Amino acid sequence: MAGLTVRPVGESALLVECLPGEVAGVYDAARGLLDDGRARDVVPAATTVLLDGVADLGAVAEQVSGWDPSSAPAPVGDLVELRVRYDGPDLDDVARLWRCSAEAAARRHAEIEYVVAFCGFAPGFGYCRGLPDELAVPRLSTPRTRVPPGAVAVAGTWTAVYPTASPGGWRLLGTVADEAVRLWDPTAQPPALLCPGTRVRFVAG
Amino acid sequence: MPDEQRFLEVVDPGALATVQDLGRAGLAHLGVPRSGALDEPAHRLANRLVGNPEGAATVEVTLTGARFRVSRACTVAVTGAWCEVRSGTRPLAWGTPVTLSAGSALALGPARDGLRCHLAVAGGVAVEPVLGSRSTDLLSGLGPAPLRGGDRLPLGPPHGVPRPVNAAEPSRSARELRVRPGPRDDWFDPAALAALDGSSYSVTSDSNRVGLRLRGPSVRRRDDRELPSEGLVLGAVQVPADGQPVVFLADHPTTGGYPVVGVVAAADLPGCAQLRPGDTVTLRLVSPGRAGRDAAPGRQPRG
Repeated sequence: MAGLTVRPVGESALLVECLPGEVAGVYDAARGLLDDGRARDVVPAATTVLLDGVADLGAVAEQVSGWDPSSAPAPVGDLVELRVRYDGPDLDDVARLWRCSAEAAARRHAEIEYVVAFCGFAPGFGYCRGLPDELAVPRLSTPRTRVPPGAVAVAGTWTAVYPTASPGGWRLLGTVADEAVRLWDPTAQPPALLCPGTRVRFVAG
Repeated sequence: MPDEQRFLEVVDPGALATVQDLGRAGLAHLGVPRSGALDEPAHRLANRLVGNPEGAATVEVTLTGARFRVSRACTVAVTGAWCEVRSGTRPLAWGTPVTLSAGSALALGPARDGLRCHLAVAGGVAVEPVLGSRSTDLLSGLGPAPLRGGDRLPLGPPHGVPRPVNAAEPSRSARELRVRPGPRDDWFDPAALAALDGSSYSVTSDSNRVGLRLRGPSVRRRDDRELPSEGLVLGAVQVPADGQPVVFLADHPTTGGYPVVGVVAAADLPGCAQLRPGDTVTLRLVSPGRAGRDAAPGRQPRG
């Protein structure tokens, strides 16, 4: 069995390493450290959870290294359904990589329930886990200088929706069809629609 | 509500002038960079000098200086890198609260021996906060845009009594950065790590509020594995594939996929804010303190 490794990061942060499937549980447990001010930021990622703004590194490290993420049930987040027009410029290329038709590629993408593993790259850009390894696709060799907000994309085994216009190297499958959906709204609480732990379904239409 | 008649007008922002406060820490899990004043002690001092709470927004002026006009009589103070401060032809004191009359011009000259100056105005810059902060984040675009000539920045009501400080000191640029190894020092060739200790690097011209980009001895990795993206902290020394280190500053991305060889001591970060392109800085590896040792229990059995 793999162990839970806690690595020091400078004077006031710790990096907790775990298996990809354990990140959600460790993140959930680590958020408890925010409530009483033992940490200021808890940042999940692909196989780690960063605890930043930790005043007492020794005590928190000792506590966290004793956690057993396999014993806690994975938390069940809110479900967000997004209607998607599967008309992206890279849909045909992705279909070729997946050895199927464009229609079948859209169907395969939409039949999976994803979970936001972490945010990064841009505010509200949620890395959604759920694509099986055999559907992994490489990033574009030359990133686009501008990807429009609402673009639904894949890279590696991740899928995501670009919350705001930005450069981007992911392959674009389509666009969120409902223009009222705000993936990123700094005045909303929380400002990101797709926060870590949120479950996501894409519905073709 | 800010008094609409009290504002700071930007006449010429120089190379780059932005609104900064203490940033928006606590939102990294949503991909929101912390942002905030790079030379935080200078920002806090400027606020104290004019009677503001230390978290009030100031203007961070970069390298070339900048020119302003105040609409109403108000108290201002300039800290950070030393620069000439003038109102028209009248020289004003640096690092001291100065009261200007309505309509006065205010000019900050080029930064001397540093890069960034902070201008505080009594009442603080009162632009609309975004996610709890008025800071301009150059990476994500959150907060007010970099200042442009003609911008009128609303000011809050003056909070309190200006507090002069005896002999406010100009900020100094860092000569040496103490780097605590980890979390990914084990991704690097031990010989390359040993060479990093005491090596001098020059600051390149593509450095900015996101990061200090250094050029010098390459920090070689053990192999070319790919690191899954992981959370980044302020001061993280990330080493991309080319082996040239980047020290992440306030507008750093919240996650990154290159290994972080070490983290710059918090006490050395304000000095990073004052490093100019072409400056030389020496990296010094420091062993973790007691807390750091305790924090590295290695693999633990569980269950």
